[in-house]
Amino acid sequence: MTTETAGAESLRRRSEELVVSVDDVSFAYGDLPVIESVSIDVEPGAFLGLVGPNGSGKSTLLNLMLGLQKPDTGTVQLFGEPAGEFDAGERIGYVPQNATAAADRMPVTVRELVTMGRYPRRLVGRFSDEDRRAIDDALRAVEITDLADRRVGQLSGGQRQRVFIARALAAEADLLALDEPTVGVDAESREAFYELLADLNDSGLTILLIEHDIGVVTTYASEIACLNRRLYFDGDPEDFVATDALAAAYGTDQHVLTHDH
Amino acid sequence: MTSHHLATILLQGSTDSFSPIESLWRLFEWLLVDVYGTGMNLLSELLGVRMLGYPYMQRAYLAAVCIAVIGPLVGTFLVHRELSMLADTLAHTAFAGVAVGLFLNAALSLSLSPLLTAMIVAVGTALLVELLIDYADAYSDTSLAIVLTTGFALGSVLITATDGGIAVGIDAYLFGSLSTVSKDNVGLLVAMSLLIGTLVTVAYRPLLYVTVDATAARAARINVRLYKRLMVVLTALVVVSAMQIMGVILVAAMLVVPVATAGFVAQSFKQSILLAILAAEFAVLSGVTLAYVYGIAAGGSIVLSAAAVYATVLVVTKVDIRWVLRLLPTRSGPSVEHAEQGLEADGGERE
Repeated sequence: MTTETAGAESLRRRSEELVVSVDDVSFAYGDLPVIESVSIDVEPGAFLGLVGPNGSGKSTLLNLMLGLQKPDTGTVQLFGEPAGEFDAGERIGYVPQNATAAADRMPVTVRELVTMGRYPRRLVGRFSDEDRRAIDDALRAVEITDLADRRVGQLSGGQRQRVFIARALAAEADLLALDEPTVGVDAESREAFYELLADLNDSGLTILLIEHDIGVVTTYASEIACLNRRLYFDGDPEDFVATDALAAAYGTDQHVLTHDH
Repeated sequence: MTSHHLATILLQGSTDSFSPIESLWRLFEWLLVDVYGTGMNLLSELLGVRMLGYPYMQRAYLAAVCIAVIGPLVGTFLVHRELSMLADTLAHTAFAGVAVGLFLNAALSLSLSPLLTAMIVAVGTALLVELLIDYADAYSDTSLAIVLTTGFALGSVLITATDGGIAVGIDAYLFGSLSTVSKDNVGLLVAMSLLIGTLVTVAYRPLLYVTVDATAARAARINVRLYKRLMVVLTALVVVSAMQIMGVILVAAMLVVPVATAGFVAQSFKQSILLAILAAEFAVLSGVTLAYVYGIAAGGSIVLSAAAVYATVLVVTKVDIRWVLRLLPTRSGPSVEHAEQGLEADGGERE
């Protein structure tokens, strides 16, 4: 075996182990560059907080990572496969921006929404005992079992977020991606929500989180990526707070509000 | 046993041989005339209601019952995807489809069924609109308005360009009619109800996921584009099947009004479909009856019935009775509190 193929082999094995591997990716909407040569890896079990000013391309990067958009240049691997061809939908739990607001108006119950997590595994046909157990477990894990038959729109902001997390848990997903999940949620529920995410992360779930509240992210995430078209920082939260990456990315003086816990 | 054999047996040992479609049709005719018709005649005599004994009214009721199932069944997904106007748009382009059929028949001496051309044009438009919304980045509202008016304009031009087009009974297509419901129409509606019912049952989960949270559905690797297309094609099928009774201008109401009504009270998505069908059945049965009794357009009376149900449910579920009482003139100043107490004392309902 030549050194070159051995290198390729080890690279391949390494990227198989990664949940997401973004390699020198650029993306533009028409003439407007949104992402420029970004490279970032997400290890299994990571809790990555993605921060950056409004319009910095956070949601686009998340969509690229999940294979929902194609990069103009560069490659994205998801669980070791090209993200665009990856088809094991049950491994991904996604809570899109404003998803909870849309569900407000619909006559769907908590159980109906959580059950959608099983759809990638069972698009037609009867649910098995295993499906039902996964749904019940998911409801229990986020403590909404007693709300199962309520309409999602009748719940408080904090409870609604838990419903969407439960959907990902019912899917028995390996990766949970959340795009500004706590917009419009009161401070107390928000804290409880992040405690829940931290617990889920402790039990092995990989989490990608877009969050505008930098204080919250640096408290709970195990890794911070700061984006403003380019990647300004990727590393430990402590280091992020200590460096001037934040000011560089935001272009202004930013003060991190640390939360006392 | 094949449908062929079944039909043969049902036709009391007839020795003619039929194609499968012909056999199905004979079976349907037998069910419609001998089973359903006889049953309705019996009902008519039992209740002493003469209109139930007329074959054209029997057909009208059956067709209306079918419409009240498929309309809300598809409409529930459509309304919650915030595409209510799509039904109206497709109905108006289906009218263009009818006009295309009549025009081609007159110009080329063909004998196409206008319903067939309407089906083709409506399904084609449905897919086109889905493309416009997906790719052209146009507001769906604007895309729909453009397609709706263009379709209707095309229809009106073709109708006036066709000799005697007005005489073919374009009114029946515009406003709907009970008396023109033929066996073919009922057959089409029953077949469509079975087809649409089956498709929605099989594709219920992806349709629901795409309706509630299309982005997450895509992340979960559900073929969102396919199911969005299925949804608009189903809408086209419903609209064209129902337009002869309802009229192109009013048919969209059957996909929207009962669904909106159910939305006030339904707790779950499944419940909202069932309640919408229930509201629609009430509307069509009372609408068809009123249309017969008063000799008015069926489409109009059905939609007015549906709107009445909507308004009633709205008032019962949303309007606070105390607020209404405050609007009432108060005689020599009995306060609102007194009025409320009086209401309670009378055993009246309070919100």
